[in-house]
Amino acid sequence: MPRDTGRLSAPAPQDARPVPFRGGGFRHRPHPWLPPIVFAALLALWATGSASGIISPVALPAPADVYAAFRDLVVTGMLWTHLSVSLYRLGVGWALGAALGVAAGLTIGLFSLVRAGLLPLVSALFPVPKIALLPLFIIWFGIGEGSKIATIVFGTFFPTVISTYSGVDGVDRNLIRMGQSFGLTWSSIVRKIILPGAMPAILSGFRISISIAIVLLVAAEMIGAQYGIGAYILMAGSLFALGQLIAGVIILSVIGLGASWLIGRAERKLLDWRG
Amino acid sequence: MRLLLNGITHSYGPTEVLRDVSFTVEDAEIVCIIGPSGCGKSTLLRFLGGLEKPDGGAVLMSGNAPEGSLNPLTYVFQDFALLPWRTVEGNISLVLEDHGISGGAARAVIDGVLARTKLSDFRKAWPRQLSGGMKQRVAIARALAVRPAVMLMDEPLSALDSQTRELLMDDFLDLWQRERFSSVYVTHNLSEAVRLGHRIVVLSRRPGQVREIIEIDMPLEDRPHRTAELEPIRQKLWDMLRDEARAADRELTDAP
Ligand SMILES: Nc1ncnc2c1ncn2[C@@H]1O[C@H](COP(=O)(O)OP(=O)(O)OP(=O)(O)O)[C@@H](O)[C@H]1O
Ligand SMILES: [Mg+2]
Repeated sequence: MPRDTGRLSAPAPQDARPVPFRGGGFRHRPHPWLPPIVFAALLALWATGSASGIISPVALPAPADVYAAFRDLVVTGMLWTHLSVSLYRLGVGWALGAALGVAAGLTIGLFSLVRAGLLPLVSALFPVPKIALLPLFIIWFGIGEGSKIATIVFGTFFPTVISTYSGVDGVDRNLIRMGQSFGLTWSSIVRKIILPGAMPAILSGFRISISIAIVLLVAAEMIGAQYGIGAYILMAGSLFALGQLIAGVIILSVIGLGASWLIGRAERKLLDWRG
Repeated sequence: MRLLLNGITHSYGPTEVLRDVSFTVEDAEIVCIIGPSGCGKSTLLRFLGGLEKPDGGAVLMSGNAPEGSLNPLTYVFQDFALLPWRTVEGNISLVLEDHGISGGAARAVIDGVLARTKLSDFRKAWPRQLSGGMKQRVAIARALAVRPAVMLMDEPLSALDSQTRELLMDDFLDLWQRERFSSVYVTHNLSEAVRLGHRIVVLSRRPGQVREIIEIDMPLEDRPHRTAELEPIRQKLWDMLRDEARAADRELTDAP
């Protein structure tokens, strides 16, 4: 006779007790309401601190000052001027650096001659702070857009190379062997097996390179730029206009958030197979 | 198409893996290879499909592949080797694209192989959504899509539970009855070997040498209900493998 194993077949002994639960934890659940609360709480703390005089306006401007600086930027139309030149430099510089970086990373990943020749160079140049090279870039590419974009290209190129070639190295050899065993051409194997296999690493490299690009953008704009968020922040700093300074910083972090949102969308689209 | 192995010898660095292995695979014949772990079975299979070259000896093919065969020597891997970024359908079309088969022609081939492997409902599924048995069926469907002359299978069922293994073995035999491909089938499982093999090549411990080739003269379709007659063969294989494993063990303990 089949027995219902879900039930006890005999009365439970006296000392029967549930096994202690030791799983759980180490897993993230979404808390969509928390970020706005944290944000609002910090803002409220800041506002009351400034209003009551606990936070001196010399140390940190009141939220109202920052708001006034924003309004100024919008009313005078300077927001768009600064933002457009900065976004242009960031967009062109990052796109070029990332594209060249992926190309170089792929060739380093695929050809052992290129790897032997270029990898030491990449490792040697990666840790050099690119901003130190800015004067050199000014001589090479001029004081205008050229040197600023070159700094960003240079700064994003190296981390992209490294994430791309390690992504290529990480592609399952068995999949490549499978491709060969079905007689796929070399270019098919690269396009359909190696590139998609390296894509997760490439995209997480993009996340890092975009924040490096923003850092370099500001640094480059602090030298010889008339417009741009970096120039705006430098000017505010030298005038001790702290409201404007904070406003500039907030714009930068919004740019960073926007970029990482875009990469998140790209990940969801390109890596939908991961589920 | 026939495959002829002629004195295959190979070493990886100081480790001699295979020594003078010779046998043939006839047209429409299933040859099972068994041998202790590490004796070079997977290595031998890589030589058979031209994925690697042996130090000595040669693998020759003779006769023509069947009409329309796109990839005469085709593998089915133990770990399935499906691209996780392609759906079931995409994994099969992968091996057709390079032969210029796309659009309607590709769809017809894919429909055909999915029907033959009972996967028609899973066309659009991602590999991560499939069970191990289904993944291996996709890999077999992909192999069938290129109409192989010889199927090279490295422990294709060993990642699966025994029920699934039984079912897939039946499916594999059905396919073989229809398509009559040749196959070289590496396995650890002696029941699989006596169920599927026209001939069974027993390799010795490393360096792998042909210890014995056993011919089973019973039609494949009769084997499920004549298991009693197969049992002595299975027992003999078992004894041989146990001897090899023992000897290998002794060599290990005697080593300084
Ligand atoms: N690419 C390689 N480089 C160096 N050594 C290798 C390589 N491939 C296999 N070997 C060695 O060759 C020997 C045979 O390996 P192989 O994978 O062919 O054995 P196998 O018979 O398939 O074993 P198993 O039954 O465990 O799958 C092993 O000792 C292994 O360490
Ligand atoms: Mg093996």
